Amino acid sequence: MTATLVRAGRWVTGHLVMFVALLVLLYMFLPIMVVVLMSFDDTADVAYQFNGFTLANWSDPCSSYGMCDAVAKSLQIGLLATVGATLLGTLMAFAMARHHFRGRSIANVGIFLPMASPEIVMGSSLLALFVSAGFAGQLGFATILIAHIMFCLSFVVVAVKARLSGMDNGLEQAAMDLYANEWQTFWRVTFPLVFPGIVGAALLAFSLSFDDYIITNLVAGQSQTFPMYVWGVSRREIPPQINVIGTAMLLVSILVVVMAEVVRRGRNRA
Amino acid sequence: MTAPALFPGGGGADDQQQPPPPRRSRTGYLLLLPGTLWLLLFFMVPLVTLVSTSLYDPAGTLETGYQLTFAFGNYVDAIDDYATEFTRSLLYGGLATLFALLLGYPLAYAIAFRAGRWKYVMLLLVIAPFFTSFLIRTLSWKMLLADQGVIVEVLRFLHILGDDGRLLATAPAVVLGLTYNFLPFMVLPLYASLDKIDVRLIEAAGDLYASPPQAFRRVTLPLSMPGVVAGTLLTFIPAAGDYINVELLGTPQQTMIGNRIQSLFGAGSYPAAAALSVTLMLLILAMVMLYIRRAGTDELL
Repeated sequence: MTATLVRAGRWVTGHLVMFVALLVLLYMFLPIMVVVLMSFDDTADVAYQFNGFTLANWSDPCSSYGMCDAVAKSLQIGLLATVGATLLGTLMAFAMARHHFRGRSIANVGIFLPMASPEIVMGSSLLALFVSAGFAGQLGFATILIAHIMFCLSFVVVAVKARLSGMDNGLEQAAMDLYANEWQTFWRVTFPLVFPGIVGAALLAFSLSFDDYIITNLVAGQSQTFPMYVWGVSRREIPPQINVIGTAMLLVSILVVVMAEVVRRGRNRA
Repeated sequence: MTAPALFPGGGGADDQQQPPPPRRSRTGYLLLLPGTLWLLLFFMVPLVTLVSTSLYDPAGTLETGYQLTFAFGNYVDAIDDYATEFTRSLLYGGLATLFALLLGYPLAYAIAFRAGRWKYVMLLLVIAPFFTSFLIRTLSWKMLLADQGVIVEVLRFLHILGDDGRLLATAPAVVLGLTYNFLPFMVLPLYASLDKIDVRLIEAAGDLYASPPQAFRRVTLPLSMPGVVAGTLLTFIPAAGDYINVELLGTPQQTMIGNRIQSLFGAGSYPAAAALSVTLMLLILAMVMLYIRRAGTDELL
């Protein structure tokens, strides 16, 4: 009798949790549905309402003045920041996971701190540095890039390090036992195993960079990135074209994730 | 899938379980050097500059230059003038963190223990919002919460809101936006630490006659504490410093400290803005220290 009750209780809690979880997911997805819907809206307006259906935004997203320039700038900065942060961060992750050195706990705190600082503080301190170093007039592409590499770095280290510490050392040992030297072991065994972690970290870095507003806005000078463009228009009539970019970003990243998964499964089967 | 590995709770704990192989060489330092330099130059040095800027003579401008006069009065002014905004930031940030925990825990729990083969799909859904610009998503809330929107209509029908009650441009809208924006930062570390739990421990609790709620309270919850601590920190810190949600979903009556820092920097009042920024950082650091001490997870750092 009690066993049945307990089992019934478990069934209810089990499904209750899933039900609540799905509601929370719905909460997370409501705004994304709006983004997709609004990408087909035919009028820019201050109230931001759906007026009527059109495909015009999709066929000519650049019709919103200045938007595509901003997107291009964000893409450039995003790619460069991703390369920089992934390179520096991966090296650091290897040092942290695979090497003994003094001051390791200080290094840990140093890597954690940027993730634990409010963006407004990081942005304002960088601006304070640039201003006091006499670069107040040269704010722009370079200063944005410096800032982006800085705040992406810690996330890359954490992501790659997690992959490294979850890895089985046995495979590397085996390679060494089979007379591979350190260099060969690294390129033939270690690197391919860590690679998915590095790709994940790079994707994360890119999305952080592409999406950043608070820090970027402080150090951007006259340059305009896509988030800055969105901020600028958010007070006026909001052009529905921004939602085309939002939806396209979503589609591209889902495509990348799905492709990565397909490649992974194919490799596992082979 | 990299999502579960994104925020494994600071990393300190992993090191204890898996000591790195004993390879003491110069390579470690060399690998560490470039990134460390970058962080020193563009994170630590700026923080020092920020502190010194906060002590500049407040009469300086970009044209006439600034002088370091150790004007500690900047801090007195900052706290005097903006105490309300500081309180509000901590309050809204705290509420958003609480709501994110209440929403995020069941979601992370379901992904870790109930999702079965849907696990990775659900995880992907959690990080998917990251892929669309957060400004655009916050603008979407503006539409969803609008006075003629479905949500307001339903709440009015249920008499939760009065007939002329509204959501947009209110404090609840700001807290809702903050909760929404930082929810993934709560779910991912929670999931990472729930997923590490050995299910046999929970089963053992059941075998020893613990009811499911007891087993949860005495076994699952304590074991997930590192995730709770990491998640609440990763949510609270950015939420308390945010000013986007107030600007898009609130009114000047909900102004947070981030708005003030931003507008003072925009107006060129660097010393005052820097003093506010440093105060915010110190407030958050103090709260984080206190919290970590209380939660008893010193190894997080």
